[in-house]
Amino acid sequence: MTDHAHAHDDHGHHGHDDHADHGSLKSYTIGFILSVILTAIPFWLVMGNVFENSNTTAFIILGFAAVQIVVHMIYFLHMSNKAEGGWSMLSLIFTIIVVVIMLAGSIWVMYHLNHNMMPGMMHDASHSTHLPPGLPAGQSAPVPRP
Amino acid sequence: MSDITATTPGVMSAEGKPRFYVEEHHPEHSTLLGFWIYLMSDCLIFASLFAVYAVLGRNYAGGPTGAELFDLTLVAINTAFLLLSSITYGFAMLASQRKDLKMTQIWLGITGLFGAAFLGLELYEFYHLWHVGATPQTSAFLSSFYTLVGTHGLHVTFGIIWLITLMVQLNRHGLIHENIRRMTCLSMFWHFLDVVWIGVFTFVYLMGVLP
Repeated sequence: MTDHAHAHDDHGHHGHDDHADHGSLKSYTIGFILSVILTAIPFWLVMGNVFENSNTTAFIILGFAAVQIVVHMIYFLHMSNKAEGGWSMLSLIFTIIVVVIMLAGSIWVMYHLNHNMMPGMMHDASHSTHLPPGLPAGQSAPVPRP
Repeated sequence: MSDITATTPGVMSAEGKPRFYVEEHHPEHSTLLGFWIYLMSDCLIFASLFAVYAVLGRNYAGGPTGAELFDLTLVAINTAFLLLSSITYGFAMLASQRKDLKMTQIWLGITGLFGAAFLGLELYEFYHLWHVGATPQTSAFLSSFYTLVGTHGLHVTFGIIWLITLMVQLNRHGLIHENIRRMTCLSMFWHFLDVVWIGVFTFVYLMGVLP
């Protein structure tokens, strides 16, 4: 079908022609090529040890993942603010907000919990195990943070 | 959102009460929207598992670390399988738009094979990890790893079961309206799993091997 035919089908039809927003060969190909590039670069960055600092690598590959998720949303899931009368976009935005609150909140709270854990508290726990009293707790002993 | 058309007939019934003929169409887009909302709730499940992995992912408890366990070449091949299955599903959708049943079936079959290859490689990886002693009981890192990656694998398994069912349905009834709708739903499901996998390979595997 041509785009011209689709333009006419969009008006007045509710369920009979539901192919209008399901992509074309071009959009799938663009999406696929973009995904391949966006997948290959992070793998190359990590497997080739491109950056010395692993934090730099982590931030860059997370950025690539975010871009690739958007690419998939647009080219494969055909996300647009017009799909389903805007309701899919609305539910997506709602989900993203909940996910961001949950992820950021969990990581924030739990990392602070680790940070505030006194080394002495962990030490008491290690005494209850069957380690000889004179020896250090070994692997389970936490590294005191500055 | 439902399309309800009420028709008032000109003739009244014998009792003088007006009669209404209510005709309810199956609201097409509500199925797709409903399925989309299911996917969004699934997204919340995965987000909580990602949060668990984010918190526990470095608690090795003296056991093996991600850098020692993960084989990135294997993960790259797995990612390629899933990405290829996404594009072949797209080709199946395009073939179904052309009302080409044979090509639709062929592309769906190829998609299923790529999905099965992905699953096979993942099971091989799990088997290998299990073999070297990296079981879920070993450490919090491995518990959260198996939960997150296993849940994704379970979704792919159900996706393949659905795919086979759909191929049988297509074989029996052809490209009827209902089957097109089912294909569109599975398309969303399949591409959604690919989106989740982007998070898995980036967050679990690539960031897991970083020192």
